[in-house]
Amino acid sequence: MPDDAKTYMDLYQTMVTIRQFETMAGEMFAGGKIPGFIHLSIGQEGSSVGVCSVLRLDDYLTTTHRGHGHMIAKGADLNRMAAELFGKKTGYCKGKGGSMHIADFSIGFLGANGVVAGGLPIITGAGLSIKMRKTDQVAVCFFGDGAANRGPVHEAMNMASIWTLPIVFCVENNQFASTTRTSYACSVVDISTRAAGYNMPGISVDANDVLAVREAAADAVARARGGKGPTLLENKTYRMKGHFEGDPQKYRTEEEIASWKDKMDPINRFATVLTKKKILNKKKIQQIWDEAAAKVKGAVEFAEKSPYPEPEEALEDLLVNP
Amino acid sequence: MLERILSSAEALAEALHEEMSRDERIFIIGEDLVSHAGIFGQFKGIPENFPGRIIDTPISETCIVGSGLGAAMTGMRPIVDLHFSDFVTCAMDELANQAAKIRYMFGGQVSLPMVIWCPDGAGLRAAAQHSQSLEAWFVHTPGLKVVVPSEPADVKGLIKAAIRDDDPVMFFQHKLLFRKEGHVPEEDYVIPIGQAEVKREGKDVTLLTYGSGYYLSTDAADELAKLDIEAEVLDLRTLKPVDMETVAGSIKKTHRGVIVHEACLTGGFGAELTARIQFELFDYLDAPVTRVAAKDVPIPFSPPLEDFVLPSVSDVVEAARAVVYR
Repeated sequence: MPDDAKTYMDLYQTMVTIRQFETMAGEMFAGGKIPGFIHLSIGQEGSSVGVCSVLRLDDYLTTTHRGHGHMIAKGADLNRMAAELFGKKTGYCKGKGGSMHIADFSIGFLGANGVVAGGLPIITGAGLSIKMRKTDQVAVCFFGDGAANRGPVHEAMNMASIWTLPIVFCVENNQFASTTRTSYACSVVDISTRAAGYNMPGISVDANDVLAVREAAADAVARARGGKGPTLLENKTYRMKGHFEGDPQKYRTEEEIASWKDKMDPINRFATVLTKKKILNKKKIQQIWDEAAAKVKGAVEFAEKSPYPEPEEALEDLLVNP
Repeated sequence: MLERILSSAEALAEALHEEMSRDERIFIIGEDLVSHAGIFGQFKGIPENFPGRIIDTPISETCIVGSGLGAAMTGMRPIVDLHFSDFVTCAMDELANQAAKIRYMFGGQVSLPMVIWCPDGAGLRAAAQHSQSLEAWFVHTPGLKVVVPSEPADVKGLIKAAIRDDDPVMFFQHKLLFRKEGHVPEEDYVIPIGQAEVKREGKDVTLLTYGSGYYLSTDAADELAKLDIEAEVLDLRTLKPVDMETVAGSIKKTHRGVIVHEACLTGGFGAELTARIQFELFDYLDAPVTRVAAKDVPIPFSPPLEDFVLPSVSDVVEAARAVVYR
């Protein structure tokens, strides 16, 4: 695994790009430019970037309703992402999917999923397919602490284990399933301990430390790629925004959110580390934020300029052979 | 022509052998497949001839369908065996929310070449949770094709079409029909999805049917012939997309239709077909389209109860007589 200044800069840049994209999405939603509802991953960039930084382009990834960060970290095009969120014809899914149902098969991104735990059965199949086709790809499934309490997780982890599938199950424990605290809804403190029930390694990491995530993910991915089977990786983090944009968040205090933002923000923490290592300085940091902002601004312009689909296009893309 | 008699189970196994030899991306996944070659013997010879390509799973229907889905999205062509069609309920999210929608909501980026093979139907005294005919649920789900063959030759031609299709296909095969025998051509042939067949000609009334209803209808047609009523038997074979052209051709000839299916009446496929016939063919009808179906209760266990609930040959005869007014 590369461990040099350039790599660290890339990690930081990607985290900032995600933050800028998510911030833009929140603003555009509030301004009525993005229809429907959206779920932002602000505060969880360490998880997205740490894991995806050890994946290859041909590795598979599924994610959740809170998946913009994963998709960007896997290498998606910001213009087509923004256009999809805006409901435009030039979006990844021609405006048919939106934020929760977005995919880019050209980079192995098998889709976000609007159903909690919807990605786990699918990733099991992707893992089985890799094994049957005898390639050395890896399949990674991001899911949340809420999904961890759903039945499909049990089936998927058991199947992946008995068949030694090349899968990394990555549960992002952001401490809330919608409005319900994980500490209330989950039978264990560390979801990774559930791995024991499936005879696979389980590890919990502080996911607001991108390098810790990267190291743990690298081990899990190497294990999967080496034919040794699945791992359950628990990325412990904090959802700094509401479940959805507009969430009144009566289930927590402003002080709680502020204390996380102040002390635990994964981007600030990493900037501190990189500054100490003399990889970053104030000027360089500002430049990275500005560059990311410009890229995101370009994506918004692309989305705004793009046409909506023609209404009749609603009847296309259902079947290969209608 | 020399008759080549096979059972539906044998026809299925033959088709699967031919297809799996042709395309190594095809595999079968489900519960209890290898040791019995399928609980109805429907996969005879496949475990020996295609080791590793017929996969036993834990009892995990959600993930059985889901793993088919993930495999189909990544270059394979799975056949998912649901063991009993009743268990679709345990995988409903994977079928209705995922398989049916993934191509569409991702803007056509991916195709899902998978067959969901569902043994269904009543008559085995298997009671409420092992006897249902649930095809209408999936007709009502855009993104899925629904195939319900009756005779062994249809099973062979249609399973090949379903396997070769790039869209997800729900394939319902009635459990009581596995042993039904009929002529099955030896050659490699495909019956296109969406193509009905008039299997018995008649001028007085059309019996529109599929699956087990086909055999009820042919028996009823024999009885009706004794009453000088010539019933045409139209086997729909595919419910979605439905072949309205063949339906129209028959209704324009007989001017009367009776829909026969084993699934319960209310909200069944007959309701959809009735609506389409009355709208598209109103001027050709000489009588209301009627339906023969199971009563609107779960399938009960005790033989006299089950027999009472299921549609019978005499029900079809009576319904046909009523619309021909004789």
